[in-house]
Amino acid sequence: MQPVTKAMLKVGCSNFQMTQLIMLSIKNLHASVEDKEILKGINLEVKPGEIHAIMGPNGAGKSTLSSVIAGNENFEVTEGSVSLDGEDLSELSPEERAHHGIFLSFQYPVEIPGVSVTNFMKTAINESRKARGLEDMPANEMLKLIKEKAELLEIDRKFLSRSLNEGFSGGEKKRNEIFQMAMLDPKVAILDETDSGLDIDALRIVANGVNKLKSDKNAVVVITHYQRLLEYIVPDFVHVLMDGKIVKSGTKELALELEEKGYDWIKAELA
Amino acid sequence: MDLKEKLLSSFIAFEQRVDTDSQLHDIRTEALKVFEAKGFPTKKEEAWKYTSLNAVLNNEFSIFPKNDEAIEFKEVKKYFLNDVDTYKLVFINGVFSSHLSSTTHDGLDVCLMSSALTKPKYKMIIDTYFNQISDKNDSLTNLNTAYAYEGAFINIPKSTVVAKPIEIVYLTHHDQPVFVQPRNLVIVGENAHVQILERHQSLTSAPVLTNSVTEIFAQKRAIVDYYKLQNDVQTANLVDNTYAAQKQESRVLVHTFSFGGNITRNNLNFHHQGERIDSTLKGITLIGDKQHVDHYTLVDHAQPNCESHQNYKGIYDDRSTGVFNGKIYVEKIAQKTDAFQQNNNILLSDKATLNTKPQLEIFADDVKCSHGCTIGQLDESAMFYMQQRGIPKKEARALLMYAFTDEVLSSVTIPDLKNKLSRVIATKLGVNMGFEI
Repeated sequence: MQPVTKAMLKVGCSNFQMTQLIMLSIKNLHASVEDKEILKGINLEVKPGEIHAIMGPNGAGKSTLSSVIAGNENFEVTEGSVSLDGEDLSELSPEERAHHGIFLSFQYPVEIPGVSVTNFMKTAINESRKARGLEDMPANEMLKLIKEKAELLEIDRKFLSRSLNEGFSGGEKKRNEIFQMAMLDPKVAILDETDSGLDIDALRIVANGVNKLKSDKNAVVVITHYQRLLEYIVPDFVHVLMDGKIVKSGTKELALELEEKGYDWIKAELA
Repeated sequence: MDLKEKLLSSFIAFEQRVDTDSQLHDIRTEALKVFEAKGFPTKKEEAWKYTSLNAVLNNEFSIFPKNDEAIEFKEVKKYFLNDVDTYKLVFINGVFSSHLSSTTHDGLDVCLMSSALTKPKYKMIIDTYFNQISDKNDSLTNLNTAYAYEGAFINIPKSTVVAKPIEIVYLTHHDQPVFVQPRNLVIVGENAHVQILERHQSLTSAPVLTNSVTEIFAQKRAIVDYYKLQNDVQTANLVDNTYAAQKQESRVLVHTFSFGGNITRNNLNFHHQGERIDSTLKGITLIGDKQHVDHYTLVDHAQPNCESHQNYKGIYDDRSTGVFNGKIYVEKIAQKTDAFQQNNNILLSDKATLNTKPQLEIFADDVKCSHGCTIGQLDESAMFYMQQRGIPKKEARALLMYAFTDEVLSSVTIPDLKNKLSRVIATKLGVNMGFEI
C-alpha cells in the first residue's frame, strides 16, 4: 500500500473542502412574473469569503434575481433551484430564508412609521431566535449589540430611535440597511443596487460598512448597474446579466471594461 | 312602553328634582318638545343612514339609575392614568362619586354640572354658555338638554395653564339596562391651556346606552387638548355629541380612540368664531366582531384665515362596520381657509364594511381644501420587507397595522396616555411589545 503523503492529504482535503464550500448555489434558475419569463437559466456559485458582483443593463433581471433569492412570492420559479449550504430554499418562505441566513439590502427600503429602527431590529432578531427555539435576547445583550454595530458603522444612536426609514435621505436609508445587515449577521448578503441615489460620501460609508462585515464565513453578492461601487467593494468575480442570463463572467477587470465600453460591447461580442 | 314614551312620561318625575321656575328649565322644556317631535333617529335620515339604534332601543332601560354601588378605586384603577397626577370627575350611573373623584375650585373649576346649574355663583356663566352651541335641530342633543342635570363642569380662567390633566370618567354598574345622559360644559379662558381625557366604562354586562353632550368654548388663544377613550364592553352603546366653538387664534384638538362598545356614534362639530383658528380632529377606530363605529364630523369655517386638520384611521376585522362622514363648510367670507381631511381604512376581513363620505361645501374662492379617503389592504412591499428581515407574515401584518395608527397616536401629548393607547392597540393587533415604545 502506498503511504499517504502530506501532499496527498492536502489535495484530498481541499477537494473535500471545495464541494462543501459552496454557500449559495443557483442552478438553471428560471423565474417569471405575471407569466412573463424574466430569468432564463441563471447559474451561480458563491463560496464563503467571496464577493460577487452582478452587473447588467436595466431590465436584465437583476432585481428579479435578488427578489427570487429572497423568496418574494410575486415571482414564480418555473425551473431550477436556489440552495444555501446545500439546502434547497424553494419551499421556504421569505422569513425562513432570512432565518437560514439570506439578507437582501433593498434598493428602495420601505418606511414603517411608528416603529423605531431599534425596535424593528429587536423584533427581527427575536423572531429569528424563536424560529430556532431560542428565548428572546436579553435586553442588556441587545443593547450591547446595538451599540457595537452602531459604532462599527459610525451611526449616531439618536438615528436609531427614529421611525424606520421615515424621512430618511437616500444615504441614511442605505446605511440603515447595512446596519440591519450588521445586526442580523447573515451568511449571504445580497445588495440590490445599493449605490443608486447615493453621493460619493454616502457610497464610501456604505461600502466601508460592508467591508467591515465581510469575513471568511459569509459572502456578498453586489447587484449594480454602475462600476463605481465596485471601486470600494472590490469583487472577486464579476458576472454580466443580460436578458435573464449570465452571459459573461470575469474578475474585477471585467467591470472596468464594461465601464469603458458599455453593455453594447458585450451584446456585439455575443452576436 | 318604548324608550321614547318612557322618556316623555318620566319628565314630570324629573321635574320634581329640579327648579322648574328658571330660565334653564324653559330651555329643557323646549328641548323636550323637539325630541318629542322628532324622536330617535332612524335610518331614513341621511345622517343616520348607516347607523341604526333600533336593536339597542328595544332594551328596557332604567332611566334614573341609582348609584348605590360601593366601588373601590383599586377595582377601577386601570381605567385611569396611573403614572401622572390628575383631576378626576367620576360618575357612577350618572351620579357623582365623590370618593373616586378629585375636584377643585383652587384657581380653576373642575366640578359638577349639577352645582353649576343650580348655584347662583355660576348663573352668569350658565346663562352665557349653556346650550349656546349645541345643534338645536338635533333630536338626541335636545333629549340630553331636556334631561340635563349632571356631568363635568370645567371652567379655566384666563392665562391658566392647567398643570394636571383632567379625567372625566363615566362608569356604569347595574344589573338592568341603563340609559344615561351626561352633560359636560368646558370653558377655557384666553391664553389658557388644558388637557382633558373622557371615558365611558361599564363594569357590568347589562346593556348601556349613553347619550352625552359636551360643549367646549375656547376663548382667544386658548388651547384645548381633548381625548376621548372609547374602549367599553361590547354591551355598551354611546352617542357622543360634542360641540366646540373657537375664538380667534385658539387651538382645539379632539382625538377619539374607538376600540370598544357595541354601537358608537361620534358627532363632532367645530365652529369658528374668529380668525387664525386651528382645529384638529383625529381618530383611530380599531374594531372587530360585530362592532360599529360611526364618526360624523363637521367643521364650519365661518371666518377667514383658519385651518382644520382631520385624520381618521380605521382598522376593521370580522363583521365590524364603520362609517366616516366628514363635512367641511367654508363660508363665503372664509378666504384663505386651509382645510385638510384624511380618512384611511384597512379591512381585514371580507365581511367588514366601511362607508366613507367626505362632503365639502365651499363658498369662498381663495381656499386650500383637500380630502382623501382610502380603503385598502396592507402594503405588500412593506410586508415583504419585514418578512425578508425574518419577521413572519402574521407579526409583520400586526406591526404594519400598528404603524398605520402612528400618525394619529403621535400627536397625543400626555405620555402616560400615549403609552396606554400604544399598549392597547398593540395588544389588540397581536403585536409583541416586548420592547419599550
